[in-house]
Amino acid sequence: MTQAIHIDIKNEDWLSGIRSFFTTVMEKAGIDAILIPTRLSVKNRIMPTLVSDPARLAEADPLSPAFPVNGAQQLAKLTRLPAGGKMAAVLRPCEIRAFNELVKLNQGKRDDVVIFGVDCPGALSNSDFRTFADQHETPDAATRAFCAAAFSSDPIHENLTLTSACRSCDHPTPDGADIAVALFGTDSTKGLTARAHTEMGETVLTGLDLPPAEAVPPQQKTVIAAMLKQRKQYRKQMFTAVEDATGSIHGLSTYLADCVNCYNCRVACPVCYCTTCVFTTDTFCHEPFQYLQWARRKGGVKMPTDTLFFHLTRMAHISTACVGCGQCTNACPNDIPLSDLFSFVAHHTQGAFGYGAGLDLSQQQPMCGFEKEEYGEVVGLN
Amino acid sequence: MDPFEPAIIAFVCNWCTYTAADLAGTSRLSYPKNIRLIRVMCTGMVDPQYVIKAFLEGADGVLISGCHPGDCHYINGNYKARRRVKLLKEILPRFGIDSRRLRLTWIGASDGIQFAGIMGDLVAQTRELGPALPDLKMVI
Ligand code: SF4
Ligand code: SF4
Ligand code: FES
Repeated sequence: MTQAIHIDIKNEDWLSGIRSFFTTVMEKAGIDAILIPTRLSVKNRIMPTLVSDPARLAEADPLSPAFPVNGAQQLAKLTRLPAGGKMAAVLRPCEIRAFNELVKLNQGKRDDVVIFGVDCPGALSNSDFRTFADQHETPDAATRAFCAAAFSSDPIHENLTLTSACRSCDHPTPDGADIAVALFGTDSTKGLTARAHTEMGETVLTGLDLPPAEAVPPQQKTVIAAMLKQRKQYRKQMFTAVEDATGSIHGLSTYLADCVNCYNCRVACPVCYCTTCVFTTDTFCHEPFQYLQWARRKGGVKMPTDTLFFHLTRMAHISTACVGCGQCTNACPNDIPLSDLFSFVAHHTQGAFGYGAGLDLSQQQPMCGFEKEEYGEVVGLN
Repeated sequence: MDPFEPAIIAFVCNWCTYTAADLAGTSRLSYPKNIRLIRVMCTGMVDPQYVIKAFLEGADGVLISGCHPGDCHYINGNYKARRRVKLLKEILPRFGIDSRRLRLTWIGASDGIQFAGIMGDLVAQTRELGPALPDLKMVI
């Protein structure tokens, strides 16, 4: 069995090398279709695309800083029932983590899909990506410029406004993938390495007929360690800022004051998976007299109502599954830094249960189980 | 000025704590009128959002109370409730809602006397804590 293979790179051109690697994967591993970030034929915009014709991989771009949606939601659509074909998917680390959470919730399956992960230097918000992409002559040039900056010795480059979710992400390597492509600390003149993390991954790599991987570049560990240090520092500052701003209901309301209850954040969140969210049901279709009663009791009631109620409920329902992908912030039309808040809450709720969202498929979700003897401290009046 | 009278919402399970409340009543035991009982079939059906809503509408305290471990009539609803209380106690205090305002107790069907005693203690404790949200205008 092959553990790791070498991906050939010519002229320091990672993008072409990666494209031909996935072409080989499709052709030699019997993959019928691959879900991969791909350019739209109409514009330099990138969306996860289920590609069945290997020729279309010429437009694939898994190295771009575009992160329009969390692909875990899309992969769940493809795997919740047998699709009648063998599939692969190329995901960012936080998309893999989100997908693992969905798998635990029976919303998708890993059995019939080979998941490829690529080291992730971070992404841009949708609006920043549009500006960035439009500054470059060609889409390839945009991605190359991004990679040159993002994988330089100073990974958080001044000219790159990576999202705060990415700057604070402490799991930027795709450890949960079947096959992981390493980019951090790689010498761009040499080739890349794809390494299997699962049996399925080994089987696929074995069938590719590619040369075995070369030695791990000596600087890889130090590059990752330096990046993690920077990220953790940012994360700490971000949490302190959220904590200072939201220490009371007054503070939390202030933080969320621009919210218009559009629920885009919920739609964009990969782990908010209920097909019918209670907030869009008749439960919240209050009778007119109810509003009047609230207004009378409180002297006035802001409309739409229940903004804080929505966000606190979402924290209770999904913070233990939050993977910190930042898509809630990305989706908010009113620029509320939601993922800073949700990551902060998630850090504490997951910490309380010794849980890490998406990291270990075999770890049970905190709200899906119990022990007979536990958490005695929350019982009683003391 | 009148002393502060806390409003406490209590979600009590039909089979144990509600029955205990009933027993307290038929035994002519009194307990403070600050408690508003909401009967649910089991503590396992108390979604965290019920608790959140109660606080946002001005409750000064919330109690969830059901059968003792091993006695839940739906086998394990109270264990699930315990995890949810643990979860809420991680979330709500970060936004200024004191952990002591959310309580979970096990009060069995025959514990009428205990029921009245615990309600008295709960009201006294919550009164000490003062109002949870001094101004509901803060809730958007
Ligand atoms: S709450 Fe936000 S950061 Fe967390 S998983 Fe959902 S979209 Fe991603
Ligand atoms: S996306 Fe923004 S405005 Fe819409 S519900 Fe979420 S926080 Fe509110
Ligand atoms: S029936 Fe009483 S707690 Fe479940």
